Amino acid sequence: MNKTPDNNPSRPSLPPPAADAAEAAMEEALGAHGSAADRGARLLKPSGRRGGIPAEPHSPLALDSPPIAHPVFHCKDVNMFYGAKQALKNITLDVAPRQVLAMIGPSGCGKSTFLRCLNRMNDTIPNTRTTGTITLDGQDIFAPEVDVAQLRARIGMVFQKPNPFPKSIFENVAYGPRIHGMTRSRAELDEIVCSSLTRAGLWDEVKDRLNAPGTGLSGGQQQRLCIARTIAVQPEVILMDEPCSALDPVATARVEDLIDELRAQYAIVIVTHSMQQAARVSQRTAYFHLGELIEIGETDRIFTNPRHRLTEDYITGRFG
Amino acid sequence: MNTVAAISPKHAAGQRRRERLFRGATLGAALLVLALLGGVTLSLLIGAWPALAHFKLSFITREIWNPVTDQYGALAPIYGTLVTSFLAMLLAVPVSFGIAIFLTELAPGWLKRPVGVAIELLAAVPSIIYGIWGLFVLAPVLQRHVQPWLIDVLGPLPLIGKFFQGPPFGIGILTAAFVLAIMVIPFVSAVMRDVFETVPDVLKESGYGLGATTWEVIWQVVVPYARTGMIGGVMLGLGRALGETMAVTFVIGNAHRIGTSLLAPGTTISASIANEFAEAVGDLYTSSLVALGALLFLITFVVIAAARLMLMRLERRALGSA
Ligand SMILES: Nc1ncnc2c1ncn2[C@@H]1O[C@H](COP(=O)(O)OP(=O)(O)O)[C@@H](O)[C@H]1O
Ligand SMILES: [Mg+2]
Repeated sequence: MNKTPDNNPSRPSLPPPAADAAEAAMEEALGAHGSAADRGARLLKPSGRRGGIPAEPHSPLALDSPPIAHPVFHCKDVNMFYGAKQALKNITLDVAPRQVLAMIGPSGCGKSTFLRCLNRMNDTIPNTRTTGTITLDGQDIFAPEVDVAQLRARIGMVFQKPNPFPKSIFENVAYGPRIHGMTRSRAELDEIVCSSLTRAGLWDEVKDRLNAPGTGLSGGQQQRLCIARTIAVQPEVILMDEPCSALDPVATARVEDLIDELRAQYAIVIVTHSMQQAARVSQRTAYFHLGELIEIGETDRIFTNPRHRLTEDYITGRFG
Repeated sequence: MNTVAAISPKHAAGQRRRERLFRGATLGAALLVLALLGGVTLSLLIGAWPALAHFKLSFITREIWNPVTDQYGALAPIYGTLVTSFLAMLLAVPVSFGIAIFLTELAPGWLKRPVGVAIELLAAVPSIIYGIWGLFVLAPVLQRHVQPWLIDVLGPLPLIGKFFQGPPFGIGILTAAFVLAIMVIPFVSAVMRDVFETVPDVLKESGYGLGATTWEVIWQVVVPYARTGMIGGVMLGLGRALGETMAVTFVIGNAHRIGTSLLAPGTTISASIANEFAEAVGDLYTSSLVALGALLFLITFVVIAAARLMLMRLERRALGSA
């Protein structure tokens, strides 16, 4: 994986901040409180590169208010390439703790790709390249000293299709704690498995058949098993890529309730193709379009008062 | 213009006739295969009958093979066939597994294709080439460098020692197993690679997503998922090893006896047939050789059938989860 140093194209007119002041400056830039010059510079530069998308009197950064004080993820100017094809263009956004961030947009706009940047899952695809900065709790995830496996252990991931391992229900949940040596005794492992399944709302349904194969459960149960498997590792964030798209409405409602409960403890980033789902489960929503982040803000505000024409077109169903 | 009216009834009749002809031809081709299989089985049984009727069960329990006294027992070739194939798989499977894992999970993109093609080319080398190479290159090397070491180091050991005693002939059971292993490696690794490629990316990503290393994903996600298919691949390789004739005939020594030592010469079913059929005189001798063939047919049939069954089960599961 190649990573070029942060070349910072969106803030060329800012005076170069002292190293220790950089974080503060960045935080300020994220809010709506940047200086006028700062905002103007941002407007001019990126809009020139945004082929096809009309310039609007807002940049995504300026739309994001209020600023997030201690972001779990802080992403700045993230570009991502599949070979020569650019899938993400200068994505800058923050993920707040104990909140659900929904990512919506037409299919193929890069939502999954961005999600997979956050835990460096794109590393597993040959010929991909990511540039820009992503920090998790202030730590650069692309830094050479970062152990990718350890990084991913701190970030849970739930996929579109429920995909339990070809193992028993128990072993599916025990897998993460086992590989990370999180338990010293069988009793501790039993405890983690039980509590994870309980928190995933699956315990009562499977407690009598923990040794049955995980693939024998229904789709909705399998997805909750995958969520249990994820939280068993006690991650700090959970990434979900359309976790309900293969589920029926009842199973979907259960998973959505679960997301709402998990929010008390985790930051959650969820990709969804359903705007109703975004509205139901998330506190903030980001709208992506052709690899760009068009708008991000409070979910209520995005759905009631979108500021960008593309966002409005999408949520009113004019395309997508 | 009305297009329906433009289709002439005559033309439609011609279409139907051609369709029937075509169906008939393909059905005939398919039936021909079944007829061939039945014919082979039948002629083997008919040819083997005199020997089987004469020796009864003792044909497969006796080691004696004496054209002078017309006494024939198949135990030595059966033993040689099973032992060489088993040893060959013992050597070939770990190597093939490593090759397949490297190709699917670890190799950088630019290396995958050349190595993959090289393996397919190796699988296409005629077996007589392996035979000649085994006799003129491998056997002397084993005789001079490997077998003396085995005799010195493993020979004195308890339990397994007796498998590595006696003079280093160069040719023999062990050499045949080596040649067979080299021959089945490309085959088994190609099948295993295909099996590993059926493991869904998203399953591996779930492993990575939980913080597993590549090693952990391979052992705990890829291998369990692909287990049935891997066994199927091994069985197909075993089927090949069991029936391999030319290469083995060159290097096994062709001795109709069961030596404890793996360094001793022996024989296999197919090697015996290839060696002796031309000079077999007398009905019982010929019939005994055909009966050997029938035995080999039975053994390989069982192995291949088991392999197919396992691969089929894997395919069904892959479909079920898709
Ligand atoms: N493995 C890949 N190789 C090449 N291009 C890809 C790959 N995955 C996704 N893409 C491309 O990247 C773009 C964004 O895809 P994706 O992130 O999956 O979109 P979304 O999740 O928003 O539907 C699409 O144009 C897609 O074709
Ligand atoms: Mg997607």
